[in-house]
Amino acid sequence: MTGEDSHDPLALRLGGLAVAPPRDLTGSVYGDWTRVDGPVGELLVAFTEVGVSYIRTAASVGDDDDTFRERFHALFQRPLRRASDVPAGLRQALRGHGAAGVAVDLRVLTPFERDVLTATREIPTGQTRPYAWVAHAIGRPKAVRAVGTALGNNPVPLLIPCHRVTRSDGSLGQYVFGAEVKERLLRAEETNVDELLDLARSRVAYVGSGGVYCYPTCTRARTAADPRGLRTLAAARAAGLRPCELCTPAG
Amino acid sequence: MCNAGRPLGVYLSMDDLPESDADNDAVMLAAIVEDIDAGFAGMVRAYQRVVYSVALRVGAGADADDLAAECFLRAYRALLGYDRSRILALRPRSWLLTILLNTWRNTVRGASRRPAVAMADVPERPAPGPTVEDVVTGSETRGELGALVSALPENQRLAVVLRHVVELPVAEIAAVMRIPEGTVKSHVSRGLARLREQYAKEVVR
Repeated sequence: MTGEDSHDPLALRLGGLAVAPPRDLTGSVYGDWTRVDGPVGELLVAFTEVGVSYIRTAASVGDDDDTFRERFHALFQRPLRRASDVPAGLRQALRGHGAAGVAVDLRVLTPFERDVLTATREIPTGQTRPYAWVAHAIGRPKAVRAVGTALGNNPVPLLIPCHRVTRSDGSLGQYVFGAEVKERLLRAEETNVDELLDLARSRVAYVGSGGVYCYPTCTRARTAADPRGLRTLAAARAAGLRPCELCTPAG
Repeated sequence: MCNAGRPLGVYLSMDDLPESDADNDAVMLAAIVEDIDAGFAGMVRAYQRVVYSVALRVGAGADADDLAAECFLRAYRALLGYDRSRILALRPRSWLLTILLNTWRNTVRGASRRPAVAMADVPERPAPGPTVEDVVTGSETRGELGALVSALPENQRLAVVLRHVVELPVAEIAAVMRIPEGTVKSHVSRGLARLREQYAKEVVR
C-alpha cells in the first residue's frame, strides 16, 4: 500500500475530514461599507464582523465614495464591499442613544491608541474632559500630547466621542473633522459650550462645591448650589477640597 | 520551521491541474486583475474549503477559521503588490496553501515565545470531537480520526492532510512543502502506516 490507492478505505475516510468553514470567510476578510445619516450630515461607515471600523463625514471625503474607499484601503489593507445593512444599534447611536453599546473594531490601532479611545468612550454625553484627564485615565499622565495625536487619528469619531475631549485651558481644541464641527457636535449634545468658553476666558478649569472639586461639565458641578471657580488643582487642594468621584478630575 | 522569509509565489505549469480548475482559476484571476476588491471574493469562495480544512487538520483546532481568514487577508495584501502578469501566472491553490502554512508556522512560533496567548498549544491540541451532525450521520469516527491525524509528526501530518484530506497531487504537495516528490511520498506512506496501526488499536478497544 503506497497511499496512492484511492480505494484504500483509510484514505477515503481521510477525505471525509475535509469540511467547509463554519462561516463564509469573505465575511471575516472583507470590510463592508454603507452611508447613513448622522448628526453632522451624511456619514460613510465601514464595519467588519468585529464591529464598526471607520467613520468619515461625507463632507470630509468630498462626498466621494472613491476617496472614502482609498482612505479605508490605506489604513486597513482589506478588501471593501458595499453593504445593504447597517450595524445593529448604529442609527440609534448616531441619534444620541447607546453609542457605548455599538461594537467597534480597533484591531488596526496600537495598544496605546486603543487605551486612549477606550477611556474616551467613558465620557458621558453632554460632558467634556481635558486631554490630561485621558492621559491620567490610561496611566500615562505625561503623554498628553500623544493622547491628542491618538484622538486625532480616531477611526470611529462620533461612536467614540473624541469631540468631548478639550484642551486643558478650557478651549475646545482641534477635531478630526475641524473645530467648527466639534462645536456643533457638543452643542447638539446640549453641552453648555458658551459657559465652557466663558470659564476658559476667566481661566477657570475646575468647579468646587460641597467639599469636592469637579470638571465644569460634571453633573455634580452643574447641579451645585454654591459653585465656585478654581483655576488649578493646587488651588482646589489648598481650599481643602477632594476630587469628585464622578468626573475624577486630574491635571 | 524557519521559512518565514520565503517568497509567497509558487509557480507550476497550468498542465498540472485538471482543465476545468485551470479555467476557473484563469477567470477568477482575470477578475482580480480587473478589480481586486470585486474579484477577491471569488478566490475566497473557491478555496475556503481547502484552506480551512488544511488549517483545521494540521492542528489549528478551534482557531482554524481565524487562521484561514488570516491567510486570505495576507493573500489579499500580497496581491496588492503584484503586477498583472504575476497575478495571472499564479497557481491559487498552491499559493494560498503556502501562505497558510507560513502563517501557521509564524503564529505557532510567535506563540511559543508568548505562552499566554490563545494559540500557544496549537501543535498538541486534538481536533474537535464529533458534532451532533457527525453523530446523526454516523460519521462520528471523523473526530477520532482527526485526533489521530493531529497527533502525527508534523511532516507526515502535512503530507497526509494535503494528499488525502484535500487530495492534492504529489507534485503540488512538493511545491507547497518545498521538499522533493520522493520525500512527499515517503511522508505520506509512513503517515498512513502509522494511522492504520493506531486506528486499528482504537477500533479494537
